[in-house]
Amino acid sequence: MPVKEILGKMIEFDDDGHLKNLNEWNEEIAKELAKEEGIAELTDRHWLVINYMRQEYQKVGDAPSIRKLTKESGVDTKELYQLFPKGPAKKAAKIAGLPKPKGCI
Amino acid sequence: MADQQEEIKKVSIIVSRGSLDGVYPGLILANGARMEGIEANLFFTFFGLDAIVDKRMDKLSIVTVGNAAMRLPWGQKMPTWLGTIPGMAAFATWMMKKEMEKLDVPPVREFLQMIKDSGGEIYACKLAMDMFHLKKEDLWEGVSEVLTVGEFYQKAAGGTVLFT
Repeated sequence: MPVKEILGKMIEFDDDGHLKNLNEWNEEIAKELAKEEGIAELTDRHWLVINYMRQEYQKVGDAPSIRKLTKESGVDTKELYQLFPKGPAKKAAKIAGLPKPKGCI
Repeated sequence: MADQQEEIKKVSIIVSRGSLDGVYPGLILANGARMEGIEANLFFTFFGLDAIVDKRMDKLSIVTVGNAAMRLPWGQKMPTWLGTIPGMAAFATWMMKKEMEKLDVPPVREFLQMIKDSGGEIYACKLAMDMFHLKKEDLWEGVSEVLTVGEFYQKAAGGTVLFT
């Protein structure tokens, strides 16, 4: 799925369906990406996770592990799975405009 | 995009060994499954039960004898006699725990809690419990149920079964 139109803009995606160019990401696009993942509305708790992931990515170059995420963001494992059902790490990364996480944990 | 093959929706992972290296693969597979939105069951049997016995789960160790792939920190194969030296197993265990921590792999108890919180289920094998004279009270509080083999297959129905 290389190019898709979101909010009137042509946006490029990689083969995993993640945003190709991080700089094209903004909060409005995140909301649209979330809808595609079945999350109708992004709450403050969603944003906490998304912003933490983006921060970590900028620092380390990869999305954080779930363990690190739950320890440092203040959102515990149970809540994380409620916020991003069916695959929190990948979904949150997708909505945050980051590539698919490389880690196994 | 992705392949046309049918996706895995559920895995049931049997953990039959009680060493640290025997237990971790099952935990990593179960947690990884939940991260992908795949339903996950863990079934602990035989020596694998140690991983969910409350008094033992924090003390799992590595076996340094009879492991042909065991290597020293600098990459050389570990001679068999060296593995028998007192303290060697403790050293190898300490080393592996340290390396796991670096990779952000949690200790067994925390890992199981993580899997449980993510919606994974944890079961104990009835026959192995009887064999080792263990009671439900001896198990970690997060264990959902003690199952017979037949009950395990019912829980595993419609999914993939992995033996570790």
